[in-house]
Amino acid sequence: MSAVLEPDRPVARARRAPPRSPWLHPAAKPLLFALSLLPFASLLHGAWTDSLGPNPAEALIRGTGDWTLRFLCLTLAVTPLREWTGQPALARWRRMLGLFTFFYVVLHFLAYAWLDMGFDPQAIARDIPKRPFALVGFTAFLLLLPLAATSFNRAIKALGAARWQALHRLVYLIAGLALLHFFWMRAAKNNFAEVAVYAAVLGVLLGWRALRRMRRTRARTAAAR
Amino acid sequence: MHFLQDRGFTLPSSEITPRAVYEDRRRCLRLMAGGVAGAALAAWAGREAMAQMQRPGKLAPLPAQRSAVPGAMTMEKPTAYADVTSYNNFYEFGTDKSDPGANAHRLKTRPWTVAVEGEVSKPKVYDIDELLKLAPQEERIYRLRCVEGWSMVIPWVGYSLAELVRRVEPTGNAKYVEFVTQADPKSMSHLDSRVLEWPYVEGLRLDEAMHPLALLAFGLYGEVLPNVNGAPVRLVVPWKYGFKSGKSIVKIRFVDKEPRTAWVKAAPKEYGFYSNVNPKVDHPRWSQATERRIGEDGLFKKRRPTLMFNGYESQVGQLYAGMDLARQF
Repeated sequence: MSAVLEPDRPVARARRAPPRSPWLHPAAKPLLFALSLLPFASLLHGAWTDSLGPNPAEALIRGTGDWTLRFLCLTLAVTPLREWTGQPALARWRRMLGLFTFFYVVLHFLAYAWLDMGFDPQAIARDIPKRPFALVGFTAFLLLLPLAATSFNRAIKALGAARWQALHRLVYLIAGLALLHFFWMRAAKNNFAEVAVYAAVLGVLLGWRALRRMRRTRARTAAAR
Repeated sequence: MHFLQDRGFTLPSSEITPRAVYEDRRRCLRLMAGGVAGAALAAWAGREAMAQMQRPGKLAPLPAQRSAVPGAMTMEKPTAYADVTSYNNFYEFGTDKSDPGANAHRLKTRPWTVAVEGEVSKPKVYDIDELLKLAPQEERIYRLRCVEGWSMVIPWVGYSLAELVRRVEPTGNAKYVEFVTQADPKSMSHLDSRVLEWPYVEGLRLDEAMHPLALLAFGLYGEVLPNVNGAPVRLVVPWKYGFKSGKSIVKIRFVDKEPRTAWVKAAPKEYGFYSNVNPKVDHPRWSQATERRIGEDGLFKKRRPTLMFNGYESQVGQLYAGMDLARQF
């Protein structure tokens, strides 16, 4: 690669500032992949050694749910962080984090369907509509399916960038539903401390996007005048 | 209503082993158990001790005899002591199941009094030590079903609430019994949370309170109650959802109107005064048809069906004859 870049060297150096981003290190991506699997490994280990407390089923269902929310926040943090820190390389991680969000929500749903419902489709079909918070969570899960299914390069090409992007804006709705799911679950005990933390994080991440959009529209109308 | 005549304390006080003596006896037994011969002797002596359950050895022992009350000794496997004492709803110490374990050590259980008042001929403020000796302590192994959909089997130590009720002689106006529990901002960390109104208040109809299965509990697993389980005295009403069984009781009032209980005040559409365990009447937000037995045979064990009146239908069903249990939930 360096041989190809040789003739343009001064230009390339000028474009790449800072020249060697640690985020571009070849080990960075596998490391992030391994780190993202740690919560799963820890839950698995807890289940194996029976160290998840008196109600391990509940601990697994809640643990996978917590990590879904955390990975959703991390995924949504990539773009703002990229701009705030001037590290465009961060964008390489967005897809992986998004897919880990999906990975944990699948585990979350499987844990519920298996441990709470014994994989009985009729029981699941009766239970989900009965509980508004479960219905909201399930809706968010369903909405995440098309995003996960179109996360590879050929899907982007097939859809076209504009349509792909429009589809993936669904993540903002999903974030809202996920937060409502968590809020509703905690509402029974008026226990909103953790909900407030996620609401604040998502509020900043989505609020920043809204502001950026407003500023851009204003700039565009100003330019048009 | 039929009341037995108050015959006072039927056991001669000479029968009660003073605590210092039995505690010292256990120490002696432990010393003896050091040797092989001692171990054999301890096993033999242990048979003589009345409590049925293996004591965890964490708190002061509370000797008890097997209960003869019908339905009081389920043969199901008791939930492990560690689970019974670490998975608790005791909102005064926080709403997470593990919060009481972290915070309830600050609860002061001595001195402790229970004021019995209202529509009774003999109101009285009982000291906890007097209450402990009011009637013979019995071991009772009850199922406990939480409204949240999980259950345990717990070997309680206590005596029928009726023992106390008879002694204070309710008047003709007494229709209900209200239980007021401790609300001490100094020792309870979460009284500022808005989830419920404090103090936590629960209630029973007088005939429910008189049912022999309604237990005034002072211990579990052969020892005094751990703080997380409602020390030093609590109610256990095994055919109702767990929240009906108030913990750390300080006042028992006999009243003529249905008490406004904490959960009815907080969410009247979701929690009724009766709150009998009923698999056919769902909570508005979830099904009550099944339950998860805590600590039961691994992660993949299916939830078990919930039983009518938590399996105590043959004992308590007649209390609710003619009532529409879906409306009076």
